[in-house]
Amino acid sequence: MVVSFYPAYLLRRLGQFVLVIFIGVNLTFLITHATPIDPVEQTIAASTAFGSTSPEAIETMRQSLRELYGLEGGLPQQYLVFWKRIALGDFGPSLSAFPTPVAVLIWRALPWTAGLLCFATLLAWCLGNLLGGLAGYHRDSRLLRLAGVVAMGLHPIPYYIVAFVLLIVFGYLWPMLPISGGAQINLPRGFDLRFIASVLLHAILPAMSLVLVGMGGWFMSMRSLVSNIVTEDYVTYAELGGVARGRILRSYVMRNTVLPQVTGLAISLGGIFNGAIITEQVFGYPGIGTLLVGAVHAGDYSLVLGVATVSIVTVATSVLLIDLAYPLLDPRVNAR
Amino acid sequence: MSVLAVANLRAYYMTNAFGVARAVRAVDDVSLTVGRNEIYGLAGESSCGKSTLIRTIAAATHPPLRVVGGSVTFDFGGRRVDMLAGDVGDIRWRHLSYIMQASMSVLNPVRRVRQSFIDFAHRHIGGPMPEFLATVRAHLERLHLQPEVLDAYPHELSGGMRQRVTIALATVCRPDFIIADEPTSALDVVVQKAVLTMIREIRRDIGSSLLFVTHDLAVHANLCDRLGVMYAGRLVEEGPTADLLHAPRHPYTMHLVAGLPRIGDAAPKPDLPGAPPNLADPPTGCRFHPRCPLAMDICRQEAPAMLGDRHRVACFAVS
Amino acid sequence: MVRVLRDLLRFNRQFALGAALLMVVIAVAAASAFSPYSPNDSYVVAPDMPPGWTYPLGTTSRGQDVFWLASFAIRNSLLFGVSVALLSRCLSLLIGLTAGYAGGLVDRVLMSINDTFIVIPLFPILVLFYFVMRDRMSWVLLALVMAGLGWAYDARLIRSVALGLRVRDFTETAIFSGMSPWQILAQEHLPYVLPIVFATTMNNVNWSIGLEVTLSVLGFTDINTPTIGVTIYWANQYSALIAGIWWWIAFPVALVVIAFIGLFLLATSMNEYIDPRSRLERLGP
Repeated sequence: MVVSFYPAYLLRRLGQFVLVIFIGVNLTFLITHATPIDPVEQTIAASTAFGSTSPEAIETMRQSLRELYGLEGGLPQQYLVFWKRIALGDFGPSLSAFPTPVAVLIWRALPWTAGLLCFATLLAWCLGNLLGGLAGYHRDSRLLRLAGVVAMGLHPIPYYIVAFVLLIVFGYLWPMLPISGGAQINLPRGFDLRFIASVLLHAILPAMSLVLVGMGGWFMSMRSLVSNIVTEDYVTYAELGGVARGRILRSYVMRNTVLPQVTGLAISLGGIFNGAIITEQVFGYPGIGTLLVGAVHAGDYSLVLGVATVSIVTVATSVLLIDLAYPLLDPRVNAR
Repeated sequence: MSVLAVANLRAYYMTNAFGVARAVRAVDDVSLTVGRNEIYGLAGESSCGKSTLIRTIAAATHPPLRVVGGSVTFDFGGRRVDMLAGDVGDIRWRHLSYIMQASMSVLNPVRRVRQSFIDFAHRHIGGPMPEFLATVRAHLERLHLQPEVLDAYPHELSGGMRQRVTIALATVCRPDFIIADEPTSALDVVVQKAVLTMIREIRRDIGSSLLFVTHDLAVHANLCDRLGVMYAGRLVEEGPTADLLHAPRHPYTMHLVAGLPRIGDAAPKPDLPGAPPNLADPPTGCRFHPRCPLAMDICRQEAPAMLGDRHRVACFAVS
Repeated sequence: MVRVLRDLLRFNRQFALGAALLMVVIAVAAASAFSPYSPNDSYVVAPDMPPGWTYPLGTTSRGQDVFWLASFAIRNSLLFGVSVALLSRCLSLLIGLTAGYAGGLVDRVLMSINDTFIVIPLFPILVLFYFVMRDRMSWVLLALVMAGLGWAYDARLIRSVALGLRVRDFTETAIFSGMSPWQILAQEHLPYVLPIVFATTMNNVNWSIGLEVTLSVLGFTDINTPTIGVTIYWANQYSALIAGIWWWIAFPVALVVIAFIGLFLLATSMNEYIDPRSRLERLGP
């Protein structure tokens, strides 16, 4: 199979990627530098609240913090420093875990979030699309209609509540599954079977809450897409042509409805990311969500900024990857 | 020996939404037959029920369209098939195929044309894939199409080319009966001519019967052996094309024929008063009577039957 | 539009159910006007009482009646959600209609910016915002920021409606007959745009309340104003579940879930109503 590259499309997608990063980073810059709050003063106020620190010590602190946070000089200089740091991936040391660099902390936590997200998102997407597709094609099936009601009932509930309910159910009522941590604490990390099994076990509850909420949306959109597509000319023609039902479902209906769903996946990544962060918090999962919340409570400015920026870049990159894979499915891409 | 026999067919769109129940009587008591190797044309203005009729004949009805009465029977060389009985899957494409309007995208947009041929025809023609594809290529060449179209995606072909490929697809299994729904309507005259030539060649080559629906009387004159005129869900006149065009008997047919442009005739064409009826609430009796210059009292009360031998008319004033 | 709502209410079960659920929630919220206690008072009743006759939904560890507390909480959460939705409507309508009607370069530029805001994960940004603002964080400020960031998804939907309307015949007729763009917008197009605005508003209320709950539970908002999220926050602070005071969390959560499902049903049934293809399916050709 020849994979043709569509230069116009690629360029547009890359352009969008750059725009997202640009606006996202500017947004974070705006929030941190253009507000009347001075994070340096905040940190100083927090750390000197309970003692008497000499004015010289405070002044030294102020200087080092200024440098740490990249707040020296006027606004333009701060802007350049901001971008330079992001480009180099250097956010300075974390205050709450001094002197570990923020980048290292994020690097440790990111694989957990990425793994959980990829797994849960793909599972929700596949399950939701499969069930929704079947429900849209076989409109009379009671089982599928019931599945639809359940999915639709769960979907509007925010991730936090579902995670919380699962926590209660499996943590207190029927304690069968581990409700916190990424893996058993005393196990050495590595790619051996015991560790991997433990990781999977600990991922069940967080993944389940993400999947339960996410599935409903895919179910509904796939179901309505399929019931629209079955009225399309090429589906009607295939039925007139006596093509086998199974083949029509796979090759004519699903193959065409999956396209907008892939676009939908890219669009929804931002929202799913939000859900993952809060779910991690509920289950104490060692991803960047927990990192973020901890950082806020500890007043760790660099870490919060680092996580926010990395989140933006990660989501933007994932969207770009999905966009780049899209032409493999839809041969009409450059014609649009 | 007729290949297709339609008897007293009634098909309505029954809807009930938001407290309003309606029955749109799109096909109301239609009877016709099509013989072997015959091209039967179906003429009439938009929303007269032509498309519903052929959809019902092809057993492609989905709710809210429902067959309320009548029968549709095919005879494929001795094998009788009742289209309304249910499972007619195995005759599709092998004995009965369908050509849709040119503007419709009937080929799967995410698959190459080759795949459509495989999906539709392989189960009938059979054989290992290379042989099957060779048969398809030979068929395409016979119809003066380049075999390279098999490798293309539908959106890469022009509208006219797509239509010709669809016709090739519909005829690759050499069916006994082909239903054509406005195949030339969205095409320019040059491509129209190519399509009509193609259809004539197919008829000569395979000997299929054709049920050809179009509102364009000129195409009917060019192609069809017999012609049926529909108005508001009913057949009003039927007969050999030459007879109908030179000596139409039903007032509606006369109006249609009078409206045809002829070389050298510069007189303005007369207009028909009124508008086509609302099929959810059609006029009583003969449905044409509100617009008919020959309307009599009986026309309001009773629906006229189709009377005649080879040339049939449903009109009290004429029979 | 009124006729549309009336028809939906009479004939569409989903819509009727959604409306009923929403009415229940609004009734509870309105009950807060009759509350004998101020929401910020604590220890006004006996603490930790389970649901019973005197206190139908029980009391909290801070000595508050759960019913009255929940009524204030849902009222504030709803008000917040509705404010964010209304504010972001302005942006969604402005950008969606402009992009849809103007077309061409303007459309492409606006949509690029739009897609950017759809992709950017809002939660980290909101957390960052809270981190920087800390005690200066107020509900008004949060509502403004959320409205300023959450308009993107709905703007796209409104744009597609506008695109469809622009090429319709009756629009061209109206232009040729000399109607001004504003007149066309107000008289001809509004009936088509309103249903989708309605559906997106419902969804947006859900989204903003959901985000508020999430932020409040983590303590990232003004925790002195009772909202559903803040209630859960305080319940967690007092380890309500471990102490067995389940009614402190369960009832507010149940209430907000009813609100979510109600709004969601309203939005979905309205969307289905608008979708031209599903209408054809229901009404015939």
